[in-house]
Amino acid sequence: METKLYTITVFSENTVGLLGQITIIFTRRAINIETLSVSPSAIKGIHKFTITLFATEDVVSKVVKQIDKRIDILKAYYNTDEDLVFQEIALYKVATDKLLEKGSMEDLIRRYHIRILEMNSDFVVLQKAGHYDETQHLFDELSETVGVLQFIRSGRVAITKSKVERLSDMLEGIQAKYGDK
Amino acid sequence: MLSLVQEGVDTIFGYPGGAIMPVFDALYDYDKHINHILTRHEQGATHAAQGYARVSGKVGVCLVTSGPAATNTITGIGDAMLDSTPMVVITGQVAAPLLGTDAFQEIDVVGITQPITKWAYQIRRAEDIAWAVARAFYIARSGRPGPVVLDFAKSAQVQEVEFDYKPCTFIRSYLPIPEVQPSQIDAAVALINGAKKPFALVGQGVVLSNAEEELKAFLEKGNIPAAWTLLGASAMATDFPLNKGFLGMHGNVAPNMKTNECDVLIAIGMRFDDRVTGDLKTYAKQAKIIHLDIDPAEIGKNVIPDAPVLGSAKDTLPALTAKLNEAKHTEWIASFEEYVKLEYDKVIQREVYPESGEMTMGEVIHKISEATDNKAVLVTDVGQNQMMAARYFNYSQTRSMVTSGGLGTMGFGIPAAMGAKMGAPDRTVCMFSGDGGFQMTIQELGTIMQEQIGVKMIILNNHFLGMVRQWQEMFFEERYSFTEMLNPDFVAIAKAYRIEGTEVHKREELDAAIADMLKDDKPYLLVVNVEKKGMVFPMIPAGACVTNILLGD
Repeated sequence: METKLYTITVFSENTVGLLGQITIIFTRRAINIETLSVSPSAIKGIHKFTITLFATEDVVSKVVKQIDKRIDILKAYYNTDEDLVFQEIALYKVATDKLLEKGSMEDLIRRYHIRILEMNSDFVVLQKAGHYDETQHLFDELSETVGVLQFIRSGRVAITKSKVERLSDMLEGIQAKYGDK
Repeated sequence: MLSLVQEGVDTIFGYPGGAIMPVFDALYDYDKHINHILTRHEQGATHAAQGYARVSGKVGVCLVTSGPAATNTITGIGDAMLDSTPMVVITGQVAAPLLGTDAFQEIDVVGITQPITKWAYQIRRAEDIAWAVARAFYIARSGRPGPVVLDFAKSAQVQEVEFDYKPCTFIRSYLPIPEVQPSQIDAAVALINGAKKPFALVGQGVVLSNAEEELKAFLEKGNIPAAWTLLGASAMATDFPLNKGFLGMHGNVAPNMKTNECDVLIAIGMRFDDRVTGDLKTYAKQAKIIHLDIDPAEIGKNVIPDAPVLGSAKDTLPALTAKLNEAKHTEWIASFEEYVKLEYDKVIQREVYPESGEMTMGEVIHKISEATDNKAVLVTDVGQNQMMAARYFNYSQTRSMVTSGGLGTMGFGIPAAMGAKMGAPDRTVCMFSGDGGFQMTIQELGTIMQEQIGVKMIILNNHFLGMVRQWQEMFFEERYSFTEMLNPDFVAIAKAYRIEGTEVHKREELDAAIADMLKDDKPYLLVVNVEKKGMVFPMIPAGACVTNILLGD
């Protein structure tokens, strides 16, 4: 079966140790997590994990079921890139003198839609948001021309294009059905 | 302590130590409510709690201290996880301010146990005790059961709080029993009603959901022959006419062969373990597969079903039965007989009814089963003794088989038998072990002595680690690497623990020894010296097709 990049989205209660419970499931099957991003979700008290990995659909579907099975996980599902609007952000630190030696920055900024976050006599910090390929392309170009002193890329954040059940609706449904027990 | 009483706990298996002393001190005042059994090792406490849970259907409870005590429970917790046994293990932990400082007997219990528990939680504040205990019991016993660990900081053990106990019945992120979906029932029924050669596989899910009667009604209405997995043993009585035997590597010939001949395979509360399926690429490819399970993560994990049916067997089986057409399947059922006869002639005859030569495991097990009128609880250790016992012990009621299936824990036998006897005090408990496994938890003879737990222990002594030796003979050119054992005088050891015992060397002595063992309800050790190089047949080699059955002829 074909291996490709999948994005797993997990909603969980805000309890200690959940990330560990999730990563254990990857470790057991010797799967690398490509990127990981964790943040509070739109619903108070609920956290959202966005995880990307290379796997076959067979494997990713089993991993998701095993994540979903953990007690404090509310919901877990997976998507491919076609189903998602997604973004990563990258920061690049380059030496100011090198950048100035290269001449005008306008071309670079226009082509890559770069923002400048900090600039002083020693270094400049550039920010670029985009897909992996896009942030990587800028990294490659800067490396070849002026050199990159530091580089960091965030994990993916993603929103589904298709209409999936909203977590808040799901919670209300569960509450209405079982909550008075 | 009050929380445990609220949950109906009447038996605890434990071992005290520094970080759990305040709880043990409280236990001292609750001896009327809770019977605490002091085991000789924390692993023994966990297996005893498992044995107790498996025969009684209640949650087994362990109480131990921190550090090494907690790590000693790991084997039992892992075993309970793989075999879906409801268990709550309470471990002491250093005082909250010392957490993370490598304090004396501190270990990261939650971190260690997370992969092998349904839930692991650290109680750091007394206010959380009642909540955590309620949640622990709810999680352990509901849905697909499993072990839960409560890591109890010593500082929280000594704080005083107002006691306010509310049983837990709902966790919003946890749906223990999926609702029956009529569309899934309809799809499954359509397959079964259209089947000419239906075949059911019965797993522990039937026992865990108390669906034995529902299973019987289902099988009888459709006249569907059925076979059982190791943990599904005793869900059907041995003499139930549609019971066609034991599945898997050392199972019966007919059910394994018929798996690859049936047209609809109905798996009920079982998980298609590799010891049952052998090579998945050749497993039941001709059949439509229906999979009934309570755990969505089991559906499609190993075998992709044509018709999945999510839910508790207690709910899904009656839903199926209601729409099932009555059928006879006379020819199909009769076709099992050919293989039954083959197995009898080639294997069972010489294993169970040998007329000469050394004693065999099969004959000993069969005789003891008969001597108890097939009413005893069977507990096994792991290895040849386990497979032989599963094959040749007979069952007349459910919850009569306690064994370590998923984890295959040697040393499980003695402590699990203690727990089983505590959980079913009115029943005879027969524990079969090899000479190897018996010595892994032999210290629990001390517990048996102190508590006078009336377990009947039988060592099938072949002076070898028999199952490994069998593989060495079959697959490693008879290179018997470290499998021969020089054993102690087991009866003398039992005597030292004031446990009565006998050793049998000759076939003529066997009946009398069995009668002596079963004469009363006291603990007893029977050592039977069986043939040294006995083999368990039939055998499907690991990873082979289920029809590739070796009969040893």
